[in-house]
Formats: sequence, C-alpha cells, structure tokens
Amino acid sequence: MKNTTISDAFGKRRADIQAIWTKQLTSAAGSAKGRLSSTELEQQARQFLELFHPAVQSNQLDDINGSEWLEVRAFLEDLSRRRVLAGFSSDETALFIFSLKRVLFDILKDESAGDAMQMADHFWQMNVLLDKLGLHTVKSYQRTREEVINRQQHELLELSTPVVKLWDGILALPMIGTLDSARTQVVMESLLQKIVETESQIAIIDITGVPTVDTLVAQHLIKTVTALRLMGADCIISGVRPQIAQTIVHLGVDLHGVTTKANLADALALALKRSGIAFTKK
Amino acid sequence: MTAMTTLHSSGELPLKTERDIVLGRQTVRRLSQEQGFSLVDQTKIVTAASELARNALIYGGGGVLIWEVLLDGIKRGLRLTFKDEGPGIPNLELALTDGWTSGHGLGLGLSGARRLVNEFELDSAVGQGTRVTVTRWK
Ligand SMILES: Nc1ncnc2c1ncn2[C@@H]1O[C@H](COP(=O)(O)OP(=O)(O)OP(=O)(O)O)[C@@H](O)[C@H]1O
Ligand SMILES: [Mg+2]
Repeated sequence: MKNTTISDAFGKRRADIQAIWTKQLTSAAGSAKGRLSSTELEQQARQFLELFHPAVQSNQLDDINGSEWLEVRAFLEDLSRRRVLAGFSSDETALFIFSLKRVLFDILKDESAGDAMQMADHFWQMNVLLDKLGLHTVKSYQRTREEVINRQQHELLELSTPVVKLWDGILALPMIGTLDSARTQVVMESLLQKIVETESQIAIIDITGVPTVDTLVAQHLIKTVTALRLMGADCIISGVRPQIAQTIVHLGVDLHGVTTKANLADALALALKRSGIAFTKK
Repeated sequence: MTAMTTLHSSGELPLKTERDIVLGRQTVRRLSQEQGFSLVDQTKIVTAASELARNALIYGGGGVLIWEVLLDGIKRGLRLTFKDEGPGIPNLELALTDGWTSGHGLGLGLSGARRLVNEFELDSAVGQGTRVTVTRWK
C-alpha cells in the first residue's frame, strides 16, 4: 500500500483517532481540575473531528485561513470562548489541539507501512497544521480574555465613581485614586447626567482621594468644570490640600476661576450659602 | 555632582504603560518619604516625576526611569532620570515655554516640572531621544 495520503489514513482510522484522542483528553482534563465532564470532552472531540475530516480531505493543509477551514476555525473560536468563561488557562485550552498531535503521529506511523520518507513528510505537514490550529485557538482565547477584562474594568470604573446628593440642588463627586483619561470620562458623564436628573445647580468635586494632581488631572478637572458651566451649574473643587495647592501653582495651572476648598465640609458650607440656605444654632 | 556627593542607592523602572507611570509615582513617593522629605517636597517631586514619565511614554514612545538616592554631607537628595529613545525635541526653548504643546496637553509639564525641583537638566537629540534629569534636595 504505497503512497497513502494523510487524508486516506485519516479516513481509514477515524474511529481509532476519536477513541484514543478522547481518552487522552479525559485524562488530561483530570489534571485540569475536571471542569469538563468526560461526556462533554467526548462530544467536543467528535464534533471537532467531524469538521476536521472534510477539511483534511480538501488537501489544503498548509493554509488554515481558507474557506475549507472556516468551520474548524469557528469551532475553535467557540471552544476558546467557552473555556475562557469557564476559567481555563490558555495552556489548558491549547492542549485540546496539541494533544491530537501524538494521536495522529501514531496513526500516520502505522499507516506509512515503513516508508520513512512519506512518514517524515506527513509528520511535518501535520505538525505545521496542528501548530497553526493551536495558535488560532490561543489567539481566540486571548481575544475573549481581553474582552472580559475590558468589560470588568469598565464595570469597575462605574462602581468607583458615585455621585452623591448632599442637599437639594447640591451634588458631590468624591474622586478616589488615579484619574486616567478613561475614568475621568466616565466620571464626567455620570456627573453631568446626575446634574440634569436632579436639577442641581452646584457640584462639588472632591479630590481628597486623588494622591497626585498633575497637568493631566488638572486638564480633566478644567474640562469637567467647563462642561458644568455650560450646563448652567456652578462648581467647587474640594480636597485641595496645602501641598497640592502649592504644586498646582508651581505647575502654572490656571483653574479658570474655580473656587477651591481644603475639605468637603468647607465646600458644602459655601454651596449652602450660595443656595441661600442658612443654619442657626438653637 | 560635587566632590562631596555620594550615591547611596539606585534603581531602574520601565515606563512602557500608564500603569508604569502609577508605579513610578508610587516608587518616587516611597523614596522621598524614606529620605524624610516634607509632605510639600514629596508632592513636588512626585508631581514632577508624573509629568516627565508621561512625556517619556506619550512623546518618547516609552522609556525608563532611573532613580538615585544621593548623600551630600548632611543633605539628602533624590535624583530622577527619564530616558527615552523617541523622536527627540527639535526646539528645547519652545518645549519649555509655558503653555506650548505639540499635542493636546496644557503645555505645562516640562516647564512646571522644572519649577518643582532644585536641579533640572534637559538633553535631547532629534531622532535619538530625550533625557531629563531632575534632583530635589531635602
Ligand atoms: N520625551 C519627549 N520626547 C519628545 N518630545 C517631548 C518629550 N517631552 C516633551 N516633549 C515635547 O514638548 C512639549 C511640551 O511638553 P510639556 O510636558 O510641557 O507639555 P505637554 O505634554 O504637551 O502637556 P502637559 O501640560 O499635559 O504636560 C510636548 O508637547 C512635546 O512636543
Ligand atoms: Mg507633558
């Protein structure tokens, strides 16, 4: 039986491949903390081989970007996505493809009938193919993972910027931590929105929790204040500690006539006064 | 450095991401605290570091921060060098002008940083990179 093609060998031994591979996968899954049942793994192996088989038959083994491999690629993308969400590492995910190497090499060896040249050739082709599919899997894994992280960061941003109502017509925005551009954007939007919703006239931005006020933070503050003014609201910045005030002056930043206060209590007292609210001691 | 000045300790940090800038600021704050800098002096050197680190990242395409703790008699100082291999600054005088920016900033980072430290040195070569060294003494 000379000159068997990879496709022939695959077709002939398909049942064996599936059985051995499933066994490998389930034993490897044991070490991957058994997050997938052996039924699930068996099913994934079968589904993959169902798509892999026709793609191999197309004899387009050196380019997985073509339409012959479309379904295989889609399957691997879906698998990666599920595994990210199930908490698998990228290594564990890539193992799905890489564990197929050993299985296919053994089968190709069996089927080469002692023809060393042919065997080497088939090994090489299969090796390159599985590496490409493995890489595709890892890339899909990373893409999904980034999406998940981005979403979590966004959720975190929103959580860490509460707008609180201090009094009728007076809102406060306590800022905490590093004010990078993404965060300031979220802060600004939620503040402007709340101003409209609550029909407030005064906003107090409290920067007590911001450790460093550099030109970037200052620029963000100026933009926020400008937007507030355009909406007809007034703004007070509180939490400007003496060392921060000094540094702002040395930097040469002009806060565009914004009133600043050392602490939130002073800012609130001023806001109340501006709103015409007075307190007396009994 | 005068003949009296000795190096006490030093280290290097990458400036490749926004996160590195935050870490850089934290390191400078810790070092200035360890040297017993007053709160105002701590804030000044940390803010200068924030400006120069961000310039190295944004305009220089990333770089490194080298810190050195200096002893000079009873004086203690913190020297920070920001180095990048970016496009360099074609006109130093312009770059150091208050309010001049080639991007969308306030144009106050470089000139402001100079006012926040005791010693300021700016070296830049077009096509080769930029190095800014600042020192704040206690
Ligand atoms: N490391 C650098 N490499 C190349 N160009 C630089 C570098 N640092 C500063 N510059 C140039 O000098 C200009 C002025 O810098 P400066 O830090 O004063 O202002 P800015 O960064 O534009 O705004 P900001 O006030 O937010 O710092 C920059 O706009 C940029 O063109
Ligand atoms: Mg700058």
